[in-house]
Amino acid sequence: MSFSKIKFDKKIVLSFWIILIALIIAAPTLLPVFRLNLLGRYLSLSIVALGVDLIWGYTGLLSLGQGIFFALGGYCAAMYLQITSSSEFPNNIPEFFALYGVEKLPFFWEPFRSPIFTFFAIWIIPALIAGLIGFLVFRNRIKGVYFSILTQASLLVFFNFFNGQQKLINGTNGLKTDVTQLFGQMVGSESMQRIFFWITAILVISAWFFAKWVVKGRFGNILIGIRDDEPRVRFTGYNPVIFKTIIFSIAGGLAGISGALYTVQSGIVSPQFMTVPFSIEMVIWVAVGGRGTLLGAILGAVFINYAKSLVSEALPASWMFIQGGLFILVVTALPEGVLGWIKGDGPRNLLQRFGLKRKIETYPSLEVNNKEGNNE
Amino acid sequence: MNNTDLLNLIDITVSFEGFLALNKLNLNLKKGELRAVIGPNGAGKTTFLDVITGKVKPTKGEVIFKGKSLVGRKEHKIARLGVGRKFQSPRIFENLTVKENLEISVSTPKSPLNLINKSIKDEQLKEIERLMKIVNLAQKVDSKAGSLSHGQKQWLEIAMLVGQKPDLMLVDEPVAGLTDEETDLTADLLKSLSGENTVVVIDHDMEFIRRLDSNVSVLNQGTVLCEGTMETIQKDQKVIDVYLGRPED
Repeated sequence: MSFSKIKFDKKIVLSFWIILIALIIAAPTLLPVFRLNLLGRYLSLSIVALGVDLIWGYTGLLSLGQGIFFALGGYCAAMYLQITSSSEFPNNIPEFFALYGVEKLPFFWEPFRSPIFTFFAIWIIPALIAGLIGFLVFRNRIKGVYFSILTQASLLVFFNFFNGQQKLINGTNGLKTDVTQLFGQMVGSESMQRIFFWITAILVISAWFFAKWVVKGRFGNILIGIRDDEPRVRFTGYNPVIFKTIIFSIAGGLAGISGALYTVQSGIVSPQFMTVPFSIEMVIWVAVGGRGTLLGAILGAVFINYAKSLVSEALPASWMFIQGGLFILVVTALPEGVLGWIKGDGPRNLLQRFGLKRKIETYPSLEVNNKEGNNE
Repeated sequence: MNNTDLLNLIDITVSFEGFLALNKLNLNLKKGELRAVIGPNGAGKTTFLDVITGKVKPTKGEVIFKGKSLVGRKEHKIARLGVGRKFQSPRIFENLTVKENLEISVSTPKSPLNLINKSIKDEQLKEIERLMKIVNLAQKVDSKAGSLSHGQKQWLEIAMLVGQKPDLMLVDEPVAGLTDEETDLTADLLKSLSGENTVVVIDHDMEFIRRLDSNVSVLNQGTVLCEGTMETIQKDQKVIDVYLGRPED
């Protein structure tokens, strides 16, 4: 009974929204700017987690290369910020070029002078690249572990390329954004960071609704069908390649948006976004939060990252152990993640184990909803 | 081969690294026919379905369906041409409800854009209701398919097959694991489907095949050994030797 799509209680949903909106409104006044900035970053990470949930939780595609699309979105945003803030530097191009003796802007930077182009590039470029990689992989019916390995290999290719190209995109140093200007304001300034926090919060909610729309109804059911029994979907007359390409592309686009938001709030984009551990962490957030729940992905991303920063402040060396332990715990004890566990009557079962709740004697469905009158 | 044929298999040979799963198999099906295919284990019954549905590409030979060759076409294209298949063990989407399973099968066109944008058509909803009544699942509309009993799963898959509105239905062991009563009902259901549809039933439950009261093709070692009514094949010495004569396990 994995991945159940049981509906949440209405009250829970309502109270969740009230708390959420209150938190978003109150956050800038409640939190010091440092914490607010961290929260904004973690919220932006939850968008990439939503994408992971769509492809992994719903469609069964375990991608270990979402860092590619995340970083691409970040680079798009950073290139725009750098190039529009480079008027005082030699040749009117970003400062780092001078270090490597580059006098002419590389051609692919040119379109990033346009804010409109950048606005679309942030999500369309990652989506297109994801779509292309996805199509080639899915058309050749590569799946399961081979798909995961392939995505990780692609990640390494991108990492090495970005890491090595000083003259094109400043290589391993990455592109800084905090001292650049946006609409006449310093990107790293307190007021800008507050605005980015709002934008992020709005986009997380929009991305969540978008993802919910994607998985609701027949399209989402086909995705689940592909996850559970792809040949059966094929014999029913659907072409899984198209569906998988679309959803992988959507996840890529979400990763791009996420990467751009993360970049402007952390002040830099670098090939570190394309390291293997980071892409695996994204999967862990979703696994801990609950696969196939969407909300679990958001909560997983935010809470794990917040815990990471709190733990790292107190016990600097211990986070990796805690994260590893958390993952092992989830895989062994809560295979459907925390949210999946709650939805799947986990708390009730736990109380039963301690004798705090009456045991269900027959089939749960018979006792819980005997209004159905199942007396067959 | 003539015009009333829906399907012709011509000299189909399938070789798995030298092992001949099918060996120059010839088989013709008329429109509206109900045909039973029997044969001992390893006779190539399932491979025969795999060839028609595009899962396995024949090493040699030709599959003609409604005048078109199926060889080399993708599975989903063949399905859209009107070939539906029910698998040996029930293959339904266990994490979806009964209704959602049927929605997947009746929805047309089967493009992502149609599925994400539009809600299901009214006539398709009516079709789903009709199907659920036929297979006695109307009370289970919103139950997870995974929670159904084995027999109900078999029937759900048959309903999904019918919902696809295929011209040719390939049914692989529909009564495996069913009670006698369920078996009889399934036989009646399949008989009622033929006429309008062309149905191929693969099984080795002789009682069930007898009840279908149809022409029978006996497969052995990848080729058609004998064809005819149940009485004819029961008298055939070759069939008795390879299949019927064996003591029952």
